[in-house]
Amino acid sequence: MESLKKNKAWDSYQKEIADDHYYFARSCIRQNFFPPAEDLYLKILREDLGKDIYDDALQTSCTGIAYHSGIIPFETIMTVVARQFSLMNDAGYENLVVSCVTSFGIYTEILETWKEFPEKEEEIRQNLIRATGRTFVKPKNVVHASDLIYKFKKEISAKAKYGLVNKYTGKSLKVVDHIGCHYAKIFPKVGIGGAEFPYVLAGMIDEWGGAQVDYPERRHCCGFGFRQYLLKSNRSYSVSNTKVKLDSMEPYHPDLIIANCPGCTFFMDRWQYVIAEMEKKTYGENGYGIPVLTYEELAGLILGYNPWDIGLQLHQVTVEPLLNKMGIKYDSKEKYKGLNGKDLGRPEMPRFLKSC
Amino acid sequence: MGYYKELQKDIRFKEGLKACISCGVCSAICPAAQFSDYDPRLVINAVQTGDDAEIKKLLESDTIWYCGECLSCKTRCPRGNTPGYIIQALRALSIETGLFIESEQGRKQLAIKRTVGDHILKYGYCVYIDEVDTDMFPEQGPIWDWLRKNRVDLLEKLGTNYNKLGKGTLRKTSEESLSDLRKIFDETGATQRFYKIEEYSRKKALEEGIAFSTEKDDYFMKVYEK
Repeated sequence: MESLKKNKAWDSYQKEIADDHYYFARSCIRQNFFPPAEDLYLKILREDLGKDIYDDALQTSCTGIAYHSGIIPFETIMTVVARQFSLMNDAGYENLVVSCVTSFGIYTEILETWKEFPEKEEEIRQNLIRATGRTFVKPKNVVHASDLIYKFKKEISAKAKYGLVNKYTGKSLKVVDHIGCHYAKIFPKVGIGGAEFPYVLAGMIDEWGGAQVDYPERRHCCGFGFRQYLLKSNRSYSVSNTKVKLDSMEPYHPDLIIANCPGCTFFMDRWQYVIAEMEKKTYGENGYGIPVLTYEELAGLILGYNPWDIGLQLHQVTVEPLLNKMGIKYDSKEKYKGLNGKDLGRPEMPRFLKSC
Repeated sequence: MGYYKELQKDIRFKEGLKACISCGVCSAICPAAQFSDYDPRLVINAVQTGDDAEIKKLLESDTIWYCGECLSCKTRCPRGNTPGYIIQALRALSIETGLFIESEQGRKQLAIKRTVGDHILKYGYCVYIDEVDTDMFPEQGPIWDWLRKNRVDLLEKLGTNYNKLGKGTLRKTSEESLSDLRKIFDETGATQRFYKIEEYSRKKALEEGIAFSTEKDDYFMKVYEK
């Protein structure tokens, strides 16, 4: 009853999400650490949902990681973002869909800053003209990529081959949602459900048959910390914060973690491996970890995509326990095969984190 | 130097500091305060006095480099302040004045400039698979070694456009786009900031007798790893 009331409250925080014709802004981290994820996202939008979404060869990093690490000025990132707007104009689009949560925060922050300081917008326009000869019109609609999966979650349900239900028990799978800090903590109004009760991933969990896990450190940062992770000497900040979350969720025995930020997905996956190596501590059942997926990877599984075609073999935490519970059929022998079935050998197995 | 006056020119400072009542909510919610010798409330207290001597102490301290910029403080401050933005302004001024070189944490900016900063201008991305190995990033784990070793085959199988011009995941960024980035960096102060980070670091390395050249030299490894 209490959870129904909460969902109603979250429903009241809604935002405008354009219905079609999107310009896609790619993510540095998602492309590198989960290479098939963005193409899967584009495929789901185009082929499963029939939407028009544009992938631009001329686009670059928004430079957000450099900015939040203190090595480039605010004016630099604002001008890079202004160039992205100009490219979007050239391509004939006005709805921006951003893959990275850091970038989404950057785009929304810059547009808000320009509202408060119009003279800064003018300065950036002049910077862009001097540097590149370009001009721009601001986007009409800016959303994070997870917002679109949220918006079309029922359409995905209608085509679903699998659900978030344990085939052995018939019960809902317990799913942790982790929202990247810059999705709504900077401007709660731009996130579905706001900052305190974000519903963007919880809505997918509810729709696809899972059960949300409401644990004490649900809103705690994953610990990226920008410069803190980038420096080997400072990386304890990152693993310590992820451990705060894992220790807090452990008593609830989650079957799966999903995240909307590429960095958070990476850290929750890889720090489980590191904690196992350092302390022989694992968080899943029978020595496995808790699988960590991006929202498009989860949508892909629900829609029946082959797990090895969408890159789930590239997660350090083995996903098979989840696939088995969801009743997803897969061929173990195909997991580590290359192009045309080429034998690529097998990765070394971690010492303490059970893998297959 | 009038440090407070300089901070007041920074748009992030204007956005970040309204009037702090020192309630400590930012410190309670701060992930950095949980694990580092860092207390955003005290930083804001010091800055709010407008005392240049106090601000100078911050600019040459490790303190301002502990923030992780998660911006949880922005959501929670009951008076509309953003300690994370004030930290951004302090960090920018610390580099501008060269005071970053006085602190162990500040000196580490060279490693970030030579990785993320240089990668943006080389690849068009903050990070690129070719530059990330498990010596530098051991937490990537054996799965990353396997991917890196087989990346040409595997990334083609997985539908990316790795290291080729055109659209798609991990594509090679065109010279046109890289040239635009370089010109934007020149126009907006990033190139100058990079120069300052390198130049102050070079002087520090000379003072300490540590080899300093480019990329992953001895000075880089020292600030990156220790």
